[in-house]
Amino acid sequence: MALSCVLDPALPGFNFENSTRNIVLENGSEEGKIKAPKPMKTGTTIAGVVYKDGVVLGADTRATSDEVVADKKCAKIHYIAPNIYCCGAGTAADTEKTTDMLSSNLTIFSMNSGRNPRVIMAVNILQDMLFRYRGMIGAHLILGGVDCTGCHLYTVGPYGSMDKVPYLAMGSGNLAAMGILEDRFKANMDLEEAKALVSDAVHAGIMSDLGSGNNIDLCVITKEGVDYIRPHKESPYNYKREAKYKYKPGTTPVLTKTVTQLELELVHETVQMMETGSS
Amino acid sequence: MSGEMFPEPGWLSEEVKTGTTIIAVTFDGGVVLGSDSRVSAGETVVNRVMNKLSLLHDKIYCALSGSAADAQTIAEIVNYQLDVHSIEVEDDPLVCSAATLVKNISYKYKEELSAHLIVAGWDRKEGGQVYATLNGLLTRQPFAIGGSGSFYIHGFVDAEYRKKMTKRECQEFVVNALSLAMGRDGSSGGVAYVVTIDQDGAEEKCVLGNELPKFFDQ
Repeated sequence: MALSCVLDPALPGFNFENSTRNIVLENGSEEGKIKAPKPMKTGTTIAGVVYKDGVVLGADTRATSDEVVADKKCAKIHYIAPNIYCCGAGTAADTEKTTDMLSSNLTIFSMNSGRNPRVIMAVNILQDMLFRYRGMIGAHLILGGVDCTGCHLYTVGPYGSMDKVPYLAMGSGNLAAMGILEDRFKANMDLEEAKALVSDAVHAGIMSDLGSGNNIDLCVITKEGVDYIRPHKESPYNYKREAKYKYKPGTTPVLTKTVTQLELELVHETVQMMETGSS
Repeated sequence: MSGEMFPEPGWLSEEVKTGTTIIAVTFDGGVVLGSDSRVSAGETVVNRVMNKLSLLHDKIYCALSGSAADAQTIAEIVNYQLDVHSIEVEDDPLVCSAATLVKNISYKYKEELSAHLIVAGWDRKEGGQVYATLNGLLTRQPFAIGGSGSFYIHGFVDAEYRKKMTKRECQEFVVNALSLAMGRDGSSGGVAYVVTIDQDGAEEKCVLGNELPKFFDQ
C-alpha cells in the first residue's frame, strides 16, 4: 500500500541509544559528577473547544526551566496540516519534535495520495509513536482540526492513551481551566462565545498556576480556513527596559597597550582534496 | 525561596489508568457488558466520559481496565487481527477466537503491559459468552467483573446472579452492579455505558449519572 512506504518506517523495538551514555555521564568520576540539565518544560495551560463551525484552540506563552521563565513568547500551538493544529504541554523539546515529525509525515502522505489528511490519522500516528516509546517522550498533546468528517478535538497522553472529547484542558494549569470549561461549555456555541470561553479558561490557568503566564494565543480552525491569533490577549505586565545596557566602545579608558609577537614555526603542512560535486 | 516552587502535578508523571469497574454477564440469548467512565492519572480525573467498551467485531466487544494506553492498544491490535481472521475464514469470528487473541498478547507481554480486558460477545456456535483474560489466563465464565471497583461488588454479583435471566433483567443487574461499585470506589464514576449483544447485533446505551439507580445513601 502506498502508505507503508510513505511514513517513516519504524525500527523494531525501542531506540534508547543515548540512555547508557547518559547514565555513564551522570555517574561519572567522583569529582566530575555531571548533573543532567533539567529539560525545559512548558508548565502550561492549553485548552480546546469544539463549537458550531469548527474548533478553537488556546494556549499561554510561558516556557519555564525550573523557576526561571525561559521564554515569554513561546508558541505552543503547532502547525500539523492546513486543517489540523496541535497544542503541546510537557517537555518543550519533545512536543516540538513530535509535532514536527507528525507534520512532515502528514504532508508526505497528502502529496502521495492527493487527499487532505484527517484528524484521526494524525491521532493514530501519534498514539503509535508515543506508545512505542513507553512514556519516555513527555508530550501531552491536544489535537484539533476540521476535515471531511467534521470538527474533532482529541487528546493524546505521553503513554499513548487517546481520548475524544468536545472540550479539554491540559497542562499544569488544567485544573483551573477545566473549571471554567465545565461551567460554561455548551454544545454548538458560536464563534465569539467559543473564543471568549477558551480565552477565559487559559486566563484562569495563568492566574492560578505559576508555570503558565504571559500572553494568550488562540487558533480558530474552520472548514474555510485557519485564523491564528497570536497574541489574542497580551499580558499587561510587559516590562519596558528603562535604559540600554550596552556600553559604547571607548567607555572604558585604555591605560597601556603591549604587543607580544608569538614565535611560531611551520613544522608540517598537508593538503587534502575535498570531494565537491561531480567532475 | 525554597526549591519546590510548584509540586509536580500527578498527571505529569503518573500513567493514565482506568481505575475502573467493568462487568460482563451472559443472559439467555446474548451478553450484556457494562463499564463506568472515569479515567484517572494519579488523583486527577483526566476524562470523565470515556467509553471503556471497545468494539472488537460486530458482535464481540471488550471492556478495558488497567493502563489506558496499554488497554486501548491491545483492543486496536486485536480488532485488526480479528478483521484479517474473519476475512480469511469468510465468516464471523468466534468469541473464543477474539479472547484467545487478547490472551496471546496479554501473556506474551505480561511483564510490560498492565491491562485487563474482559471479552464478551455472541456467536452462532455457542451463543453468548464471557471470557476473562487477566495477565494471560483465559477462562470462560457465566459473568466476569474487573477493575478496582469490582472488589466492592464481588458479594453482590455472587448473590444476585441467576442463570437464564431475560435481557431486561440482565441489563438491570449490570446497571445496579455498576452503580453500587461507583458509589463506593473513588476511581470509578461518571456515567455508565451498557452494551447488549445478541444475535441481532450490538446495542449501545449510556445511562447518565442522575438516571442511575440509587441505593441506601444516608
